[in-house]
Amino acid sequence: MTERDKIEAAAAELAEAAAGRSLTYMEVCGTHTMAIARHGLRQLLPPGLRLVSGPGCPVCVTAIGDIDRAVALAALPDVILTTFGDLMRVPASRSTLADERAGGSQVRVVYSAFEAVELAAAEPDREVVLVGIGFETTAPTVAAGIIAAKERGVKNFSVLSLHKTMPAPMRALLDAGETPLDGFILPGHVSVITGADAFDFLADDYGVGGVVAGFEPDDVVRGLLALATQERPAIQIEYSRAVTPEGNRVAQEVIERVFEPCDADWRGLGPIPGSGLALSPEFRDFDAAERFEIDPGEPVEPKGCRCGDVLRGLIDPSECALFGTRCTPETPVGACMVSSEGACAAHYRYRDLT
Amino acid sequence: MCLAIPMQITAVEGDTATIELGGVTRRASLMLVPGADVGDYVLVHAGCAITVLDEREAQERLELFAELEECDPEADEP
Amino acid sequence: MSDRILIGHGSGGRQYRDLVDQVFVRHFSNPLLDPLDDAATLTGACASGRRLAFTTDAHVVRPLKFPGGDIGRLAVAGTVNDVATAAARPLALAAAFVIEEGLPVGELEEICASMAATAREADVPIATGDTKVVERGLADGLYITTTGIGEVVVDHEVSPRAVREGDLVLLSGTIGDHSAAVLAARGEFKLEIVIESDCAPLWSLVEAALEAGGEEVRFLRDATRGGLTTVLVELAESSGLGVAVEEEAIPLSPPVRAVCELLGYDPLTLANEGKMVMAVGPERADAVLEAVKRHPLGSRAALIGEVVSDHPGRVAMRTPFGTRRVLDMPVGELLPRIC
Repeated sequence: MTERDKIEAAAAELAEAAAGRSLTYMEVCGTHTMAIARHGLRQLLPPGLRLVSGPGCPVCVTAIGDIDRAVALAALPDVILTTFGDLMRVPASRSTLADERAGGSQVRVVYSAFEAVELAAAEPDREVVLVGIGFETTAPTVAAGIIAAKERGVKNFSVLSLHKTMPAPMRALLDAGETPLDGFILPGHVSVITGADAFDFLADDYGVGGVVAGFEPDDVVRGLLALATQERPAIQIEYSRAVTPEGNRVAQEVIERVFEPCDADWRGLGPIPGSGLALSPEFRDFDAAERFEIDPGEPVEPKGCRCGDVLRGLIDPSECALFGTRCTPETPVGACMVSSEGACAAHYRYRDLT
Repeated sequence: MCLAIPMQITAVEGDTATIELGGVTRRASLMLVPGADVGDYVLVHAGCAITVLDEREAQERLELFAELEECDPEADEP
Repeated sequence: MSDRILIGHGSGGRQYRDLVDQVFVRHFSNPLLDPLDDAATLTGACASGRRLAFTTDAHVVRPLKFPGGDIGRLAVAGTVNDVATAAARPLALAAAFVIEEGLPVGELEEICASMAATAREADVPIATGDTKVVERGLADGLYITTTGIGEVVVDHEVSPRAVREGDLVLLSGTIGDHSAAVLAARGEFKLEIVIESDCAPLWSLVEAALEAGGEEVRFLRDATRGGLTTVLVELAESSGLGVAVEEEAIPLSPPVRAVCELLGYDPLTLANEGKMVMAVGPERADAVLEAVKRHPLGSRAALIGEVVSDHPGRVAMRTPFGTRRVLDMPVGELLPRIC
């Protein structure tokens, strides 16, 4: 059976399971948003099944004020700001990291936290700051980098932690009850770390089911099928080659050792208690927020931007008045359009012809 | 979130591994998967292995690359 | 001569003349260049009554050398390929060098040797040139600008305006190889990649295609920065027709696929330096494909799509799962992602 046959078969089963029903499922993982858009999977879904993007793009949910802090750090004369590529073009209140680099600030793109630590070791006269964004998949990798820096005695390295954790915003969305949701496609790689059990609360406390799906087109369609055929709300693993109920305990311990929960500001969702990760007392020496004094200025939300509504699943990207007109990948207004896995960018870049 | 791909461990030195996929080689930290060893397939995100994959299931995904190599006449050249 | 380039080498006097004799002429020597006049004189091109193709390109690459090539090979191949897109046989190249003070002469020599070899492959003389030297810290070592002139060997129009509904789109080989090779050479993300840049002059491949396809070959463009997608979008926008491609038909080598999956790149937008996109009438498309595949640089060539009347001005790609999406030109610099 070719890939195409497999997907068509799964899509047919899904159409049968969803027949006559009106279903709204939400995915909360930017990589899912991207995979779904890139492969045009929405074109395979039966009518009546609406797949909505939630706050799963770590770049999109980062508050503008926090990006302003990264920009302010980049402007410090002895600082080399390192960042994952995802953040380079995100509009802050007055600039982007790419603009700062063009203006002469030291900004470098890295693929891993360890690269930033290596850079610090190689440039002892400078301060290397890593902007830590990402959820539970990325947080332990940044934590591992910090542990390595401590063990190697690399003191000119620090992290601006903007990490956030997944369960809290999902609770907030369900508590707000703005969009009726029939189930969640759960983030495949966050679940590798946290374990599928971390999402039991959806079924237990809210009566909503969730399926952990992988990222291949076949995985996503099968994940939707599993959701549509659940007899009662439950948390299921379809991505069993990588995800277990208990997750990666070592990674969880690494997160707990290096970070501690803190309150965090989510774009579109506002402040959510305990949803962020800050450096723990043992590793506070590596906290860029403590090490440097910066004045990021007042955060400015772009006028007319409805990223917040998109992130809450309230509207589809095309319902924002700026979508495709003032806000395009070439001239993005909000983070949802600039991040390659933001719902708006995915919607625009991988649109079908109509 | 988040980009992670299956790669195979070809060498281990302390808690760092050399990992390989389709002719691309890199080092990755094994700090999060301390039991991983040469020959294992691991999921790699941002320079770290985040879990060891069930080999049989990982093979299905990796077949994609094997198919490509079959049609690539240059695959065996150094 | 000193072993490093000095400001004096660009100043037009004796040191400059030594550099020209001992490095450039030594490697590029040919009847057009050897007199070292300020301009080379080409005879015969106008007398034949054929059209001339004329192009220029600035070449900037870091690092100067990468698996499969260097800035010199890039400079020669790039301009030969631009001339080839006009269905023109290259007649002569001009090369202007902006050299950073302190560049080891040995490195410059290696690059010139590479240029000479590539020019021989393309059977084109480097007929004239110029050199300037700038202060240390500028020019990333070396910038090369090449200008090329060629003789159009066909009488029919080869351009997006000539393309017709029903023409098939041919791609001469795997995409993204050059970007992957340069990425690995930069060592930025600590990747080792078993791949070489595809940097190569394509005139003889184009010539073979023209011989097999005649008037049915209506569009030629090399996919460079911006990748395959940019060429397809340009074709659609300039022709006013639509372009439909099959994702599965696009040749991709395993290392490039792996890098793209690892860093989150889209292979369709990665740079190439030795790949030609053609639009060919359906009657001769198979013959052209066979001719290209027989050429050493075209062994992975494939028919990847079709020119259509639907969605004029836009490119649509069909995924292996039967779904469809629009291809847009990439925006901004290529950035890896972890999300």
